[in-house]
Amino acid sequence: MLLIPCPYCGERAESEFSYGGEAHIARPADPEKTSDADWADYLYTRTNTKGVYFERWMHAHGCRRWFNIARHTVSYDILAVYETGAPPPKFDTKSEV
Amino acid sequence: MSARYSIFSLIRNALAYHEDWPAAWRSPEPKPAYDVVIVGGGGHGLATAYYLAKELGVRNVALIERGWLGGGNTGRNTTIVRSNYLWDESAALYEHSMKLWEGLSQDLNYNVMFSQRGVLSLAHNQHDLRAQSRQSNANRLGGIDSELLTPAQIKAFVPIMDLRAGGRYPVLGGALQRRGGTARHDAVAWGYARAADALGVDIIQESPVTGFRIDNGRVQGVETAKGFIQADKVGIVVAGHSGVMADLAGFRLPVTSQPLQALVSEPIKPVLDTVIMSGAVHAYISQSDKGELVIGAGADRYVGYGQRGSMQVSEDTLGAICELFPSFRRLRMMRQWGGIVDICPDASPIIGKTPVEGMFINCGWGTGGFKATPGSGWVFAQTIAHDRPHDLNAAFSLDRFRTGYIIDEHGAAGVAH
Ligand SMILES: Cc1cc2nc3c(=O)[nH]c(=O)nc-3n(C[C@H](O)[C@H](O)[C@H](O)COP(=O)(O)OP(=O)(O)OC[C@H]3O[C@@H](n4cnc5c(N)ncnc54)[C@H](O)[C@@H]3O)c2cc1C
Ligand SMILES: [Zn+2]
Repeated sequence: MLLIPCPYCGERAESEFSYGGEAHIARPADPEKTSDADWADYLYTRTNTKGVYFERWMHAHGCRRWFNIARHTVSYDILAVYETGAPPPKFDTKSEV
Repeated sequence: MSARYSIFSLIRNALAYHEDWPAAWRSPEPKPAYDVVIVGGGGHGLATAYYLAKELGVRNVALIERGWLGGGNTGRNTTIVRSNYLWDESAALYEHSMKLWEGLSQDLNYNVMFSQRGVLSLAHNQHDLRAQSRQSNANRLGGIDSELLTPAQIKAFVPIMDLRAGGRYPVLGGALQRRGGTARHDAVAWGYARAADALGVDIIQESPVTGFRIDNGRVQGVETAKGFIQADKVGIVVAGHSGVMADLAGFRLPVTSQPLQALVSEPIKPVLDTVIMSGAVHAYISQSDKGELVIGAGADRYVGYGQRGSMQVSEDTLGAICELFPSFRRLRMMRQWGGIVDICPDASPIIGKTPVEGMFINCGWGTGGFKATPGSGWVFAQTIAHDRPHDLNAAFSLDRFRTGYIIDEHGAAGVAH
């Protein structure tokens, strides 16, 4: 189980949180002009990095607020926690083989 | 190549104290070039190589595995086999696989211990009951065996299950596929490996693929720990690492890689001669021939490549198992482990072409691809050999996410396996 540092409440057990998947996915600004391929990419395609990954969590059984974290998807180490809307911190996000 | 396995070879080798068994497959150094390179030595990759050689006469084939054969999800899954999926496309694919399972030990001359002991999935509420009867009727219309059982029939079929209906998870009914069951996972990998090797396939272990050489949009070969290997065609079958391979080849996939875990108990005398699944409470259970209870749990929600599962997930599952089978409460669990499953948004696989010419992908089997091992290898071999999908896998293209023709099997695949 992960120990997740909620930026508002502090460290809490993973079972208090819900997962929101990859962070920084922007809804296409003009859906009418978005191609089917781009729309599918927005809806379904995720980076799925084996390495440092930016993802959204929500403290469902606590403050109920959303935030982002940078987590390594092999070691599960949480490397950074930051507010929704803030730009991602600088990390090498290339996948390991 | 090794002689055929038979009662006579068993007796002959018994007399020689089992010291003269030939190796089941060779371990050759890779040649500089092949017609087809398969990346990934799980059951699906091995089956692909076997059917390429056997059914399609493509024998200049190498299979490249980063670790050891079956060390991925093939050797980590709970081995449940069934074909009762909801939609016609899936039912046809999984049923094709079921038919291959039914003759597999003979075909491979290797006992894969396929045991059609039945797979029973439980309904705990009115919604489950309705969903089950919809699915069961769809299956029967499609020619796939399925029976709906009442609680009394379930009690007769599985006497040790608590059916007093007063418990936390009352059982209101169930759907049984009698032709479903289990198979020995390692044997499936080893049987396909031995049979493919006998037909000339080179199996290269302990050699990760680290890159692809692509020229003008066409694949030229693969970079591996043992050097560059040229290939006319490349088939990627790496389950949890599909996204990583796609990244190396320069395209993206709609899959997420998540940990899925299982556990086994200490061995006990035979108590459970079928497979019980419950989608609603995230639990499925069977008993191995060694006597261990094999228990599958849910997936961790997040992206993870750590090959381990979180404790709270196993706790939830064991809690549900103990409710359904109070007599298992005192059992100790011997081992717990995880595999990395590649989950598609519609819980259906992707089997077909990629944006790179000459490169094919077979992935997205998620939490339930073991049952499909023979059929998946069979259709993927056809796809690679003929440069276009077979009728059975045409609908499972990567392009379906663009066209909107998704094959939503969350009901049939979901938690259940
Ligand atoms: C705990 C658990 C329980 C499950 N229970 C069931 C069940 O009851 N029934 C069912 O039908 N399914 C079940 N599944 C799902 C099933 O195991 C998978 O869908 C199936 O095994 C996938 O087959 P595969 O051959 O593609 O994958 P794998 O066996 O994972 O093979 C992929 C191979 O690719 C290799 N590879 C990765 N990267 C590279 C590289 N760079 N170079 C070379 N090789 C590479 C890996 O080492 C691995 O051996 C379960 C899975 C898990 C984890
Ligand atoms: Zn909080």
